[in-house]
Amino acid sequence: MKKSVRSAGARLLFLALLLAGLSIARLHAQSPSDASFLASLGQLREVSFPDKETIIAQLAQSGHPSAQSALTALLEDRLYFRNDDQMVFLLKAPAADDATSLTLVDPVTLKDAGSAPVENLTKIGTNNHLRRVLQTTLARFRLSSPDAAVRLGAVHDIEQNLDEGNVKLLRERVAAETDSKVKAEISTSLAMADLDSPDAPVRLAAIAVLHKSLRQDVLNKLSGVAGTSDGGEGDSDPQVRAAAQSAVKSITRWRTMYSWCETLFFGLSLGSVLVLIAIGLAITFGVMGVINMAHGELMMLGAYTTYLVQVAMPNHGEISILVAIPAAFLVAALMGILIERTVIRFLYGRPLETLLATFGVSLILQQLVRSIFTALNRSVNTPNWMSGTLQVNDALSVTYNRLYIVIFTLLVFAALFVVLKRTRVGLEIRAVSQNRAMARAMGIRSEWVDALTFGLGSGIAGVAGVALSQLTNVNPNLGQSYIIDSFMVVVFGGVGNLWGAMVGGMSMGVVNQLLEPYAGAVLAKIFVLIVLILFIQTRPRGLFPPTGRSSENQ
Amino acid sequence: MPNYTLWISARKDSGSAWFLGALAAIAVIVPVLNLAVPAASPFHVSAFGLTLVGKYLCYALLALSVDLIWGYCGILSLGHAAFFSLGGYAIGMYLMRQIGSRGVYGNPELPDFMVFLNYKSLPWFWHGFNHFAFALLMMIVVPAVLAFAFGWFAFRSRVTGVYLSIITQALTYALMLAFFRNDMGFGGNNGFTDFKDILGFDLHSDKVRVTLLVFTAVVLGASYLACRAIVASRAGRVMRAIRDAESRARFLGYRVESFKLWIFVFSAVLAGIAGALYVPQIGIINPSEFSPINSIEVVIWVAVGGRGTLYGAAAGALLVNYAKTYFTSTIPEAWYYALGTLFVLVTLFLPRGIVGLVTGRARKRKTATRPAVPAETPEPSRK
Repeated sequence: MKKSVRSAGARLLFLALLLAGLSIARLHAQSPSDASFLASLGQLREVSFPDKETIIAQLAQSGHPSAQSALTALLEDRLYFRNDDQMVFLLKAPAADDATSLTLVDPVTLKDAGSAPVENLTKIGTNNHLRRVLQTTLARFRLSSPDAAVRLGAVHDIEQNLDEGNVKLLRERVAAETDSKVKAEISTSLAMADLDSPDAPVRLAAIAVLHKSLRQDVLNKLSGVAGTSDGGEGDSDPQVRAAAQSAVKSITRWRTMYSWCETLFFGLSLGSVLVLIAIGLAITFGVMGVINMAHGELMMLGAYTTYLVQVAMPNHGEISILVAIPAAFLVAALMGILIERTVIRFLYGRPLETLLATFGVSLILQQLVRSIFTALNRSVNTPNWMSGTLQVNDALSVTYNRLYIVIFTLLVFAALFVVLKRTRVGLEIRAVSQNRAMARAMGIRSEWVDALTFGLGSGIAGVAGVALSQLTNVNPNLGQSYIIDSFMVVVFGGVGNLWGAMVGGMSMGVVNQLLEPYAGAVLAKIFVLIVLILFIQTRPRGLFPPTGRSSENQ
Repeated sequence: MPNYTLWISARKDSGSAWFLGALAAIAVIVPVLNLAVPAASPFHVSAFGLTLVGKYLCYALLALSVDLIWGYCGILSLGHAAFFSLGGYAIGMYLMRQIGSRGVYGNPELPDFMVFLNYKSLPWFWHGFNHFAFALLMMIVVPAVLAFAFGWFAFRSRVTGVYLSIITQALTYALMLAFFRNDMGFGGNNGFTDFKDILGFDLHSDKVRVTLLVFTAVVLGASYLACRAIVASRAGRVMRAIRDAESRARFLGYRVESFKLWIFVFSAVLAGIAGALYVPQIGIINPSEFSPINSIEVVIWVAVGGRGTLYGAAAGALLVNYAKTYFTSTIPEAWYYALGTLFVLVTLFLPRGIVGLVTGRARKRKTATRPAVPAETPEPSRK
């Protein structure tokens, strides 16, 4: 094991040296004088588009150290010439619409060369075809970058245009490539090119390589070879055709499996939002027997807190969301305790009245937020470390924000579990919820526990608001759109049971997501509702009904 | 307590007299003020005013239907807007068919929105709605069937209390989502509007408006008497028993589910009729009528007026809606504060609503020696 690692390392080092040597050698041996480089650039001013293509090829092969920068500038519309002396320059940044003077960069030395008024500069134009050519040409430069990710991107760009030259380039590269991912990508591209080979064994070998790929374009191309795509005859060689057919089958199967995985993940991420909301509800609804219709609005307060924290610390966008989590918990928890002390405690034992009163509170909170922040959408920025996608493979990608929300939900769930099962407060909460009179007799201050429990449930609503702010716009109606779903979760999972909320929320999310492609979002929701109504026929108290003495009084 | 029922029915009757009297007064005075008083006079009631009064009366009927099940049977439905809207949609479909070729696209068969959405022919569920009688039948049948199906499942499995409230709320929410869809064939989020006439009479003429208003008042009065008859009957006493102690009623041998189911269906039909009366007067029906908040607002009308009195519910509907009209036209931002505060204050301090406040005072003055009637039997117990 150790030996192979060492030898691989040695090979890597050797290759790197070789490459470096090669490129340096090329630079020095073949580099034409700067004058001819400038002359080529100068020609770009007046020639037709087809001629520009030839010049671009010349520049690319010239090996001049500044060629890549010049071509990049051309691609990005930053290559200009000065009208009075016809000198070619790069712009430091793309020209803004309202700029009056532009900063110039010398094309050879790549150093600043002063600036010039807009009127005195003329852009060297490109067209769509040229831009494509430029992209592949530049990709060749990037193919020798030391960064594997850059090389991978370059391969992707080159694939768009697999002509003879590019194929040759890739073949050279695949031998030298050390990164397995890049290597596999190049092999796939080469195999794609090989599919057009007149030689049947070559085509067969190519199919053997492509067999493991998961890419859509590979699948399309193989379908063509297999003759399964509509109207296509397929390959002339029956053996190749059969191989292609089996490859198509295998790829399709894997792709289907991964798309199920993706749906599952989407469902779980959707479900975890519901879980976050429902565990807060489960505490207030289950432990205290209180229906809190203002739960959605507490969530909205959490989302607005996230927004305010972000506004308050504009220079720390990356961590503001981490600050927002405890802040939102506190804001929502304090508001929850306020609601409990002023309204709910007078209504214990009258669940229907509590429902109405808290609904009134939700109206007031909504209007309050509308008065302060207006009804406009506020957007909370997603920090960089939460944006983007995790590309698991060609058929499966996962967005980071959804991934983090799933993880976050699990963390909150675990934390709550620990609080309820392992702390003194949790013990008291459970005691009061099971038998209030007995708990009081044991010296627990049930009033205090009530306020605390309500604060805890509300705080979790606030935390759920932080998560929601990453998924949707923040507006005063935020809470309403989720609250009915989360009540469904609580009813489905069983009142007052954290596991019920967890299983209920996740399965509702997954079922919704599974049905959506067939029935559309709305019908999926309606279907879930009908199933739920039928479900409580058989289990009127949800998946995890309360057991023992506490179930008697419900 | 033998005196208790007697006393209650006597008190109810005076309330009924007041309510029916006020209703008759509205049904006479408002049309006269509209038709006979010249437009320049300050006492003239405009077409807008007529519509407004008509709307309030429809809401009063809806409140009546909610009070019947909540006040007397303990079923807190947060989904009555669904039955209201379904009744409205049934009559709306008739009114849409009546437009005929006078629509924007001039299609004699298809309503405008269908032409717009490229329907080739009328969907099957639209057939028959060109007949007024069929629409009337549907306005009763559709809410009744939905209520029956829903209630049959819900009550049989003993879904009670807040669970039932949440599920009814989900029901109306699901229907709202469904009706927002264009391919449901009910006009999507625009719903139905631009009605022309009903039974050949122009809906925009004052005489037809007055007729509709008087008709609404008559239906409201008749429904009130029907509800009174129900709650005064033996079945009504069983309903109250279910409200106060469901298990005990069951152990005494009453089929609690059946009682609940039939009263729920009857209440849904009343709500459907209210919707059907509402749509021709207001001139529009769209899916936002289904929204859960509408249903909850109905409950607060009942709570403000006084649950379990019927006339209190109707009075609450008139009062709260008048306040709503007033607030939304003068200080719109304040309306939700006012409504929210109303929810909180009424549940905290006025568990028997305004009626409870009035009769409570009267009772104190008159019968200081009589043992107090239990104000509100609390729910069995908390855990």
